Amino acid sequence: MDLLEYQGKQFFAQFGIPVSDGRPVTTVDEAVAAAEAVGYPVVVKAQVHAGGRGKAGGVKLANNADEVREHAGNILGLDISGHITHILWIEIASDISEEYYVSFTLDRSAKKHLGMLSKEGGVEIEQVAVENPDAIAKIWIDPVDGLTEAVCREWVLAANLNPSVTDGAVALLLKLYTAYTDGDADLAEINPLIVKTDGKVHALDAKVTLDNNADFRHEWAEYEATQVRDDREEAAHAKGLQYVGLDGTVGVIANGAGLAMSTLDVVNQAGGKPANFLDIGGGANAEVMAGALQVINDDPNVKSIFINIFGGITRGEEVAKGIIGALEMVDISAPIVIRLDGTNAEEGRALLAPHLSDKLVSKPTMLEAAAAAVELAKKN
Amino acid sequence: MSIFVDENTKVIYQGLTGSQGRFYGLRNRDYGTKVVGGTNPKKAGTDVDGIPVFASVADAVSETGANASCIFIPAPGVRDAVMEAAEGGIEFIVCITEGVPAHDEAWFFNKLKRDFPNVRLLGPNCPGIISPGKCNIGITAGEIAKPGGPVGIVSRSGTLTYQALYELKLQDIGVTTCVGIGGDPVPGTSFIDCLEAFEADPDTKAVMMIGEIGGSAEEEAAEFIKNKMSKPVVSYVAGVTAPAGKKMGHAGAIVSGGKGTAAAKMEALEAAGVRVGKNPTEAGELMVEVVRENGWA
Repeated sequence: MDLLEYQGKQFFAQFGIPVSDGRPVTTVDEAVAAAEAVGYPVVVKAQVHAGGRGKAGGVKLANNADEVREHAGNILGLDISGHITHILWIEIASDISEEYYVSFTLDRSAKKHLGMLSKEGGVEIEQVAVENPDAIAKIWIDPVDGLTEAVCREWVLAANLNPSVTDGAVALLLKLYTAYTDGDADLAEINPLIVKTDGKVHALDAKVTLDNNADFRHEWAEYEATQVRDDREEAAHAKGLQYVGLDGTVGVIANGAGLAMSTLDVVNQAGGKPANFLDIGGGANAEVMAGALQVINDDPNVKSIFINIFGGITRGEEVAKGIIGALEMVDISAPIVIRLDGTNAEEGRALLAPHLSDKLVSKPTMLEAAAAAVELAKKN
Repeated sequence: MSIFVDENTKVIYQGLTGSQGRFYGLRNRDYGTKVVGGTNPKKAGTDVDGIPVFASVADAVSETGANASCIFIPAPGVRDAVMEAAEGGIEFIVCITEGVPAHDEAWFFNKLKRDFPNVRLLGPNCPGIISPGKCNIGITAGEIAKPGGPVGIVSRSGTLTYQALYELKLQDIGVTTCVGIGGDPVPGTSFIDCLEAFEADPDTKAVMMIGEIGGSAEEEAAEFIKNKMSKPVVSYVAGVTAPAGKKMGHAGAIVSGGKGTAAAKMEALEAAGVRVGKNPTEAGELMVEVVRENGWA
């Protein structure tokens, strides 16, 4: 789950990382009140899940209430790479003397945490990595050891930051590492990490991605509330389904992420375009299948539905019961092609047999089923 | 022969008394796996259809001589369950549970490596391991696999693994061992661990490797195959058409910053001499060709 900038800053602040005083607002009047409270000059910043906010006109400096009013009015509703701005972050402007970069993330290859620190901040780190790789000091941290102060200090020295900020940087990076680990973040990035004219080290931006798998040990409802999903994704999410919206016409339901991805591949290879990725997961039962069918059915682009089930943890008769139950609950408009195999597939196929028709077709293999689903989508 | 497990492997189920643990524990026993116990501190002394339940892994190991465990504990308890298994004397831990936090995985992977270097962890978020006819630990439907050889299978995806087993069985081709390493960012056992073991196993003549988008495990495996493997490898990589930036179900399955695409992985594998199918069926056919060409079945 990606956090908005202001949520990332609030997240950092919980771990004692210095961030600028600010307020999230949703109206022009609130923006002015927030600016009065934090003190001028302020920066008015669009809060959207998209990069390139500055270039799109979503970040403006304001010296007084009139300027706040003007900028807030312009930025609220602004479309930034397809994301409409509904929330602004009003923050006190900072006097910057240096801009650095720092991040922690998991290096899947090394199976350790990777810290990256650079004195060349404020620009895309990928660009720095290509143009001047030596400007990035990397450190691999064993999660069992954690980041010790001594190691952190060596890392800061290796990055050749301004020597006068070494202590401040070490203190902040240790806190950032704690935020990253204790906060269950997949990514904790500050770009730019600034040195203010008073010499203090400070997080001017915040890019945080949280690991949804860890939500059982955190209070993340507030962050969850501002996640942007299309209507289909919202409906699927509410039913606890793994769904990704795509723009084709063949609705896809499969069990297992690998099989679902593979189903998209074979639909494409059969000359069709999948409308979605939908994994009904491990212990899927009748209710889950019915929910999945409903989500697909509500997508107006769907012209046919391909249900691709290979039973391991999901048993064939459960799948069959789910399909039959769903057909009783909702009026499925698109024809369905089913490929059912694996655990208890025979029992499942037997249950389905009396229900088969032009609108409910069973095919023995994945490729035949994909071809049939694509053909039906084109016919409709 | 088989890798990691065989007919002498004795398994306990951490979470045997839960609905999933019970269902698959009993299924695995019906298959012929030596299921010797389960654990639940609140239900010690009871049994699940004749399988004794112990208070802890250590108790279960000392009473039964178990050397493997299968974890069906909900995600919040997995970190403790893995360490309890290792500390209790288990050598092979299979963790089926999905949804384990990445920081927990990274932590226990490194903790095991340091303090229990002889313990192998498979998973989390994996379907388990089956050596057909000998031992089935996890959620694979045993009847879809033909015992024997000459093929070894390693896969990041559960359902695609079943598909591969099934297609080989339809062609009357046996499997020495099928290992589902799981789709999480920090799998306990990697492609390379399995490839290395298959290379050393005399009964395995060829290996099928099923990958998916995200990370660089397939590229690393390709490097290993090129330099260290004499046995033929056939592969399939799921997610050719997956859009960038969207996580495809598995925690690890995401194309980010142009990295981890299926195309790049397939290219790396082909460059290493691997025959790559464009869908699971084609990969199955390629494997059949390899086996027939060599007269292995």
